[in-house]
Amino acid sequence: MDRAEVDSKIRTLIEPFNKKGVELKDETTFAGDLEFDSLTVMDFVAEIEDEFDIIITMNQQADIENYGQLVDAVNKLQD
Amino acid sequence: MTEGISQPDQPETLEGGSKDLFSKFDDIIQMREGLLASGIEDPFNLVMEKVLSPTRAICNGRDTILLGTYNYMGMTFDPDVIDAGKQALADFGTGTTGSRVLNGTYQGHRECEEALKEFYAMDHAMVFSTGYLANLGIISTIAGKGDYIILDIDSHASIWDGCAMGNAEVVPFKHNDVEAMEKRLRRLPEDAGKLVILEGVYSMLGDVAPLKEMVAVAKKYGAMVLVDEAHSMGFIGENGRGVVEDAGVIDDVDFIIGTFSKSVGTVGGFCVSNHPKFEILRLVCRPYVFTASLPPSVVATAETSIRKLMHGHNKRAHLWENSKRLHKGLTQMGFELGTKEPQSAIVAVIMPDLEKGAMMWEALLKEGLYVNLARPPATPANMTLLRCSLCAEHSDEEVGTILGMFERAGKATGILGQTSDQSEGS
Ligand SMILES: Cc1ncc(COP(=O)(O)O)c(C=O)c1O
Repeated sequence: MDRAEVDSKIRTLIEPFNKKGVELKDETTFAGDLEFDSLTVMDFVAEIEDEFDIIITMNQQADIENYGQLVDAVNKLQD
Repeated sequence: MTEGISQPDQPETLEGGSKDLFSKFDDIIQMREGLLASGIEDPFNLVMEKVLSPTRAICNGRDTILLGTYNYMGMTFDPDVIDAGKQALADFGTGTTGSRVLNGTYQGHRECEEALKEFYAMDHAMVFSTGYLANLGIISTIAGKGDYIILDIDSHASIWDGCAMGNAEVVPFKHNDVEAMEKRLRRLPEDAGKLVILEGVYSMLGDVAPLKEMVAVAKKYGAMVLVDEAHSMGFIGENGRGVVEDAGVIDDVDFIIGTFSKSVGTVGGFCVSNHPKFEILRLVCRPYVFTASLPPSVVATAETSIRKLMHGHNKRAHLWENSKRLHKGLTQMGFELGTKEPQSAIVAVIMPDLEKGAMMWEALLKEGLYVNLARPPATPANMTLLRCSLCAEHSDEEVGTILGMFERAGKATGILGQTSDQSEGS
């Protein structure tokens, strides 16, 4: 899967969590723009992990603040 | 400067231009002020002026039944335990004034560790100054850089803090979800060091972990297993060794963490293990080395209490009866509880929201009943809970009284509908 495909997969996965329909740009932040609380983060991360068959450790999550960083991280982890 | 008005969404600047480091607490200050402004007694500022027994105290001036302590086995006023403490106080003084590895290991600390080894039938025991420090120390020391910690998302703060203090990679999984745990273990590098951390009883809802399945899965992937049995020691399992004993997996578990602050009835923490190299932790575990050891009177009371808990079969049976009866009575009244069946000595009553929860908490206190109010973020799924923890010393009569109090308070606050007159406590 290339970055664009990863991006589009994550866009689909995030939909049910993006309750306010915030527009997703690379710089869209999870805590600020999307207002994800820690429970939402856990559920969302679990979905991504299962979809891509990867692990995103808490240590890695700490460095992921916006959407673009997430796509980059998943893109890197999947191969 | 604002005129004493808190504006949490704006960074507050103090005179002199320095940022107030306390502005990060503004949200919680506001939440608290909002709660107190409604005229409610402060749920987080209760004072027990007098403690009459393991189950009764004078709280804020009222004679109160205690249903929110962790005194599960009611050992705090046991005459043998008190005598042991008095004797140690007289013989060894008030404190050790030193670390366990320097001048802070007295005979009593060793004897306390011997009692733990016997209690669990394990080779090694290490006593810490609190259970919090035991988790902090063991977890941060044994899981290092490049290792993985796989843990339940609803783990106790001391477990999370142990993870934060160490350098391992941290991988949480959904609460009590064996499949989610297995999926994560399967994706980790095969040759990496792995530590799975579980709890026997989760203290917020009082639910028990499916340890039989979970420990088997952890072993299948070559992980070491640590189980925190803080809320089950002395009560669950044939010999009170915890959920690991009840589930028949105690021999497959590498470390059990526990505390003296609950069933044992004093303060302190411990880890027991059969690991052949366990003793080295005494030299490398910083929360063991760099803090003062427990006072002699405390380890003496702990040792005596632990030895008595080995033979606490009748108390265990009565505590189960109490838990079952409270659970059944509250369910019949129409309260929503944290678990469908009683699984431990904790019965958590789910409140509609924090405001209603605080009202109910206060109504119960005025009835003469103390329970724990638990609110987000300490609770799973942002629930507000009234957490009831039973004691082996609650009499049948007291449990009946408690049910009556819940029913009256539930109706007065509107949490219970009017349709539940057939319940036991009416
Ligand atoms: C699951 C769990 N682990 C550890 C602790 C810490 O125990 P202690 O009170 O001895 O610090 C507690 C209690 O607060 C607990 O609930």
